Amino acid sequence: MKLFAKSAKSVFVIGALIGAMNSSAAYADLKLIGSGASFPAPLYNKWFKDYSKQTDGVRIDYQSKGSGAGIQDFINETVDFAGSDAAMKDSEIEQVKKGVILLPVTAGEVVISYNLDGIQELKLPRDVYPEIFLGNITNWNDPKIQAANPGVKLPDQNITVVVRSDSSGTSYVFTNHLAAISDNFKEQVGGAKAPNWPSAGTIVKAPKNDGVTATIKQTPGAIGYVEYGFAKLTKMPTAMLENQKGNFIEAGGETGASALATTDFPEGNLPNSDVPDLRAWATDPSGDDAYPIATFTWLLVYKNQGEEKAKALKDLIEYMITTGQESSEAMGYIPLPENVVEKVRNAASMIQ
Amino acid sequence: MVHDPFKDSASGKTLSAPPSPSDYMKDSVFRSFAYLCALSIILLLAYIVFELGSQALPAIKEHGLGFITGTTWDTNQNEFGVLPEIWGTLYSSLLALLIGGGLGVAIAIFLTQGFMHAKIEVMFRTIIELLAAIPSVVYGLWGIYVLIPLIRPAAHWLHETFGWFPLFSTDLSGPGLAPAALVLAIMILPTVAAISADAFRRIPYKVKEAAYGMGATKWEVILKVMLPTASSGILAGLVLGFGRALGETMALAMLIGNVNDISVSLFAPANTLASLLASTFPEAGEIEIQALMYASLVLLLITFVVNVAGLAVQQYTMRKFEGKK
Repeated sequence: MKLFAKSAKSVFVIGALIGAMNSSAAYADLKLIGSGASFPAPLYNKWFKDYSKQTDGVRIDYQSKGSGAGIQDFINETVDFAGSDAAMKDSEIEQVKKGVILLPVTAGEVVISYNLDGIQELKLPRDVYPEIFLGNITNWNDPKIQAANPGVKLPDQNITVVVRSDSSGTSYVFTNHLAAISDNFKEQVGGAKAPNWPSAGTIVKAPKNDGVTATIKQTPGAIGYVEYGFAKLTKMPTAMLENQKGNFIEAGGETGASALATTDFPEGNLPNSDVPDLRAWATDPSGDDAYPIATFTWLLVYKNQGEEKAKALKDLIEYMITTGQESSEAMGYIPLPENVVEKVRNAASMIQ
Repeated sequence: MVHDPFKDSASGKTLSAPPSPSDYMKDSVFRSFAYLCALSIILLLAYIVFELGSQALPAIKEHGLGFITGTTWDTNQNEFGVLPEIWGTLYSSLLALLIGGGLGVAIAIFLTQGFMHAKIEVMFRTIIELLAAIPSVVYGLWGIYVLIPLIRPAAHWLHETFGWFPLFSTDLSGPGLAPAALVLAIMILPTVAAISADAFRRIPYKVKEAAYGMGATKWEVILKVMLPTASSGILAGLVLGFGRALGETMALAMLIGNVNDISVSLFAPANTLASLLASTFPEAGEIEIQALMYASLVLLLITFVVNVAGLAVQQYTMRKFEGKK
């Protein structure tokens, strides 16, 4: 009898396997191709891998080649979706014939990291860090920095500013924030993916997040900006920044979520469309405990495509805004606030 | 003189015969194959130039020669100029050639002029040739983590003491021209050393014997006889090394600081054409790519001019020192 039970069990298992194969056949080897922003790429790749594993038949490829290139691919219709840290401009949206839906699916922070021997905690006021990145404050013992850090003995050392040499979404978010809080910065540099940094002899450029990290680590007196996830991974010291309310806030999942929670989404729809406009910027969040440099990153999908792809995309987005959010904090991204998840789900339901 | 094929055949020890038709066949097939290979290199280069040129054409029309004299690279304003990059490319490569070239030739002399036992010579040669196999990213990392901290105190002292001297007018914070040039020097060292050593070895032993026979000392022989005789080979090595330095990308992108400034100071950050290409290409938009193609065309032109100039100097020394026409 025991033997019979065993074989019955295995028959059941085989039956279940066949059943699973049948249900997955609904997707018949569907492949979704995306490209774009490199900032969320590690998280996207993890999501897509996990998602492909649990849904047989759907394969998703994401090429991280930069927001600009992603938007270009999206306009040329060579991809099924794209990623962008800068969302899309109205002029770009008008060029897409199949209609556009912009969905914030995750968010991140940019931190200011530094290299000062023995100094574990550094507070930077709002009127100071834009000036450092303009090359106007050049020594660590500047009275303005010292005043914000009463318990710390700051050294008489030149500040070496390390910025990105390549065009990047990280620079875009960082400079847009600086431009929002400093008129000087807005006039001289402005917010851009490849900002035209002032040519002070104290600014050096390094490629990618890892290049900036290595240069900061090896240069006494250096300061620079990297993605929060990257700083967390490499255990770099990060500065506490003064937010709009005057509090010094450390970067982290909660303080980032708080920054996004106060972000106002624009009223109304995208141009010439009935899809809600979800392009919201947190260039200077107003929450009490909000970390000042946080941003959404967007998934760009077409409004109209084949039924099969539309269903697959909807399923994928539902996965991203529910199960996916659980893994985002561990990887250094900010989980979406509940109200944003609802907005995204609502907009995603318009995919046809 | 161990084995003389002419003696062998004259004494009737080997069988010799006129070339057979199949020998002629093989000969002509091989010759046409060789021609084909040579031709394909020329065609490939022509194609690269054509492709770069056609992609750069809009930027050439737009910016003209102002591209070469401009000092800003601002994607947001569509303003592109590469003078700081040209300056940085030539400056860093020349410094590297000065250091790496000098060391390379010295090593070649050391390896070929009987300063040590043949077995140790082989060991040294292998080690130096190993330098050529190290990937350029590793050089970059080594530069950041080892070289920069190593030279920072010396650079700081030079700046403090001789700050009035233009070469030392700024302090070395981290990345800069000096570490970049030093790493470049190490990268071109194997090329220069290997080719120069070959040039020394090619000199017939009789030349050396004759010089010693006239009563010259060892250093007189090396400096006044061997060096001039080997000069065309050494120059070829230097030109190749300089070419490598001009085109080096990754290590420089990590070490030079990528800043569009023109400064004579050894410790100031600078930029090179190859480094500009490497760091901006991946995320460049359409208009910037055209400008980058123009920049790579400029780099190609610089390399071409350097090679032609090197060739001319080589011809001159050949005529002067080796009596060839």
